[in-house]
Amino acid sequence: MGLREMNRESAFRTSDELGGLTDRRLREVFRLMYTIRRFEVTTERAHLDGDLYGPFHSSMGQEAVSVGACMALRPDDVVTSTHRGHGHAIAKGADLGRICAELWGRSTGYCQGKGGSMHIVSMEHGFVGQSPIIGGSGLLATGAALAFDLTKDSRAAVAFMGDGAVGQGVFHESLNLAAIWRLPVVFIVENNGFAHSFRAEQMQLNPDVAPRAEGYGIPGVVVDGIDVLDVYRVTRTAIERARRGDGPTLIEAKCYRWRGHNLGDAEHLYRPREEVEKARRDDPIERFKQAVSDRMPDGTLAAIESEVDGAIEAAVRFANASPPPDPGVALEGSF
Amino acid sequence: MQEMTFVEAVREAQAEALASDDRVFIMGQEIGEYGGVFRATEGLAERFGTHRVRDMPIAEQSMLGAGVGAAVMGMRPIVEVMFMDFIACGMDAIVSHAAKMRYMSGDQMRAPMVIRTQGGSGTHHGSQHSQTLESWFLHVPGLAVVVPSTPSDVIGLFRTSIELDHPVLFVEHRALYRTTGTVPDQVEAIPLGRGVQRRYGDDVTVAAVGKSVRQALIAARQLDAEGVSVEVIDLRTLVPMDVDLVLESLSRTHRLVVAHEAVERGGWAGELISRVVAEGFDELDAPPLRAASLATPVPFARELEAEMICDERLIARRVRECLGMPESWA
Repeated sequence: MGLREMNRESAFRTSDELGGLTDRRLREVFRLMYTIRRFEVTTERAHLDGDLYGPFHSSMGQEAVSVGACMALRPDDVVTSTHRGHGHAIAKGADLGRICAELWGRSTGYCQGKGGSMHIVSMEHGFVGQSPIIGGSGLLATGAALAFDLTKDSRAAVAFMGDGAVGQGVFHESLNLAAIWRLPVVFIVENNGFAHSFRAEQMQLNPDVAPRAEGYGIPGVVVDGIDVLDVYRVTRTAIERARRGDGPTLIEAKCYRWRGHNLGDAEHLYRPREEVEKARRDDPIERFKQAVSDRMPDGTLAAIESEVDGAIEAAVRFANASPPPDPGVALEGSF
Repeated sequence: MQEMTFVEAVREAQAEALASDDRVFIMGQEIGEYGGVFRATEGLAERFGTHRVRDMPIAEQSMLGAGVGAAVMGMRPIVEVMFMDFIACGMDAIVSHAAKMRYMSGDQMRAPMVIRTQGGSGTHHGSQHSQTLESWFLHVPGLAVVVPSTPSDVIGLFRTSIELDHPVLFVEHRALYRTTGTVPDQVEAIPLGRGVQRRYGDDVTVAAVGKSVRQALIAARQLDAEGVSVEVIDLRTLVPMDVDLVLESLSRTHRLVVAHEAVERGGWAGELISRVVAEGFDELDAPPLRAASLATPVPFARELEAEMICDERLIARRVRECLGMPESWA
């Protein structure tokens, strides 16, 4: 199949209703999206209350990208992420308590308190790390895919990146290297409209990222990043292609960053409140609820919500109750 | 026991790693069937396949970054950076990724990889192909820095480096590639952080690595004729650094010169001297001195290069200064 045909939306989008997902999987989609939302709301509140310290980058509004993509993966596939990575870690199955404990800088955190919000890693869940060096996630995923290629391993890698990463040289190098070696990796650019305060259109004349794929000889697809099922369908096709040995795909998920770049960001300097409010009216979670309203009996989603609320409360309790790291640990693991 | 050139040893060390461990592979420019611009990978692609001896686009960031990603997933990459100058193009992958993976993940991830590169002056490549930059990397916790001076050490140090669960910067001096040395049939792995005494002497200790060790030995022979007995210590690795060996030597010589081709300002000699002063001040009979290159880019013309690069003449001069000998004695 030629590249142009591959790039046609029909090649990536199947017409199956609700992504062909079973009820159980649909409930899981909802559970994960709602978990990310509640996690971001809860930890943001804790940060404002002074329970957390350090930078905090909320992924609120981008839940459909994290969940839609990770639903298309096997548990042993790997994901790399960015500074805005809480949602990716949760969607990949990492433990809420240990993520919280890492944000709280506690000994029970995934990285024993050495990482923090921008450095969560859970190798057992294939969450092989965030790179808050913009564009770094693309290289780590390319390298992971190279390892799979060298060892004839059937796993695939997904790199989440932001639209800010597109300006980095590593973006180009990652895509080119993955393309020429036909590595099993999928690059997902979450185009949330902003690289800190800069709008995407200030940094690229073409508002779309996906067409760049053609320059590397790989498919590039735009998805609606508010529609979890659209993200799922397209990622599933890209992953199948990667696993077949046909190489990488560039997926651009159009979405909107609900919060400032970080907590405390001077948002008023670069975007009007009305714009944010308008964007928030198209909520990925509400969109999903409507999509499944015929399939999900009343009360099913509400029950999931209350279950998740409890799990997040328990995770925060776990973090708060965990001891800080032993200071001696600061000297372990390096030289 | 056989005679081997330095670059043959580099090739042999990599062949041994490829043969003994399936996780090892090499990435770099012109390293496949071409065999490397300095012949350091000659024959390896034919023997191990272009899958494991992989030619790369000219793209240092992705070469080093993908190396980190592969290492994290259990591979042991060897990444060849053709000229040490080009390492600046891929610094982020080394400094903010490879060096920190193990630490910041709470030991969930490791990035065992050997970054091989060559640098230095002497071939008139000009300012952007002649730098000696290993001092940069002492400043980044999490990286080992290895600078061999003999073919035998190349093999012994490489074996340790490829088995280490940390990233290693393995620095070869271009001017050493055609030098020869004796390599035993069975080379022992050399632990990192263990220097070696190359020459016994009573009056002054000269500590160096790589090509500067050879130059220190030449200087020592000249000084011998002047009645000065120089001890030469080859540190072999800069991280970790065998300060104890230098202190032990100073307990006999009481005078220290540290020699490197890197620019003097901010060079690793300052680190060694600082530690020697802190830990062995009472042993010193004179201020420790540096024999290092002047703070200019490396120029093209022979006469200009000779003016700024550290060589055996500068090392000899610093030894005399350390002893309070007038320059006219030279």
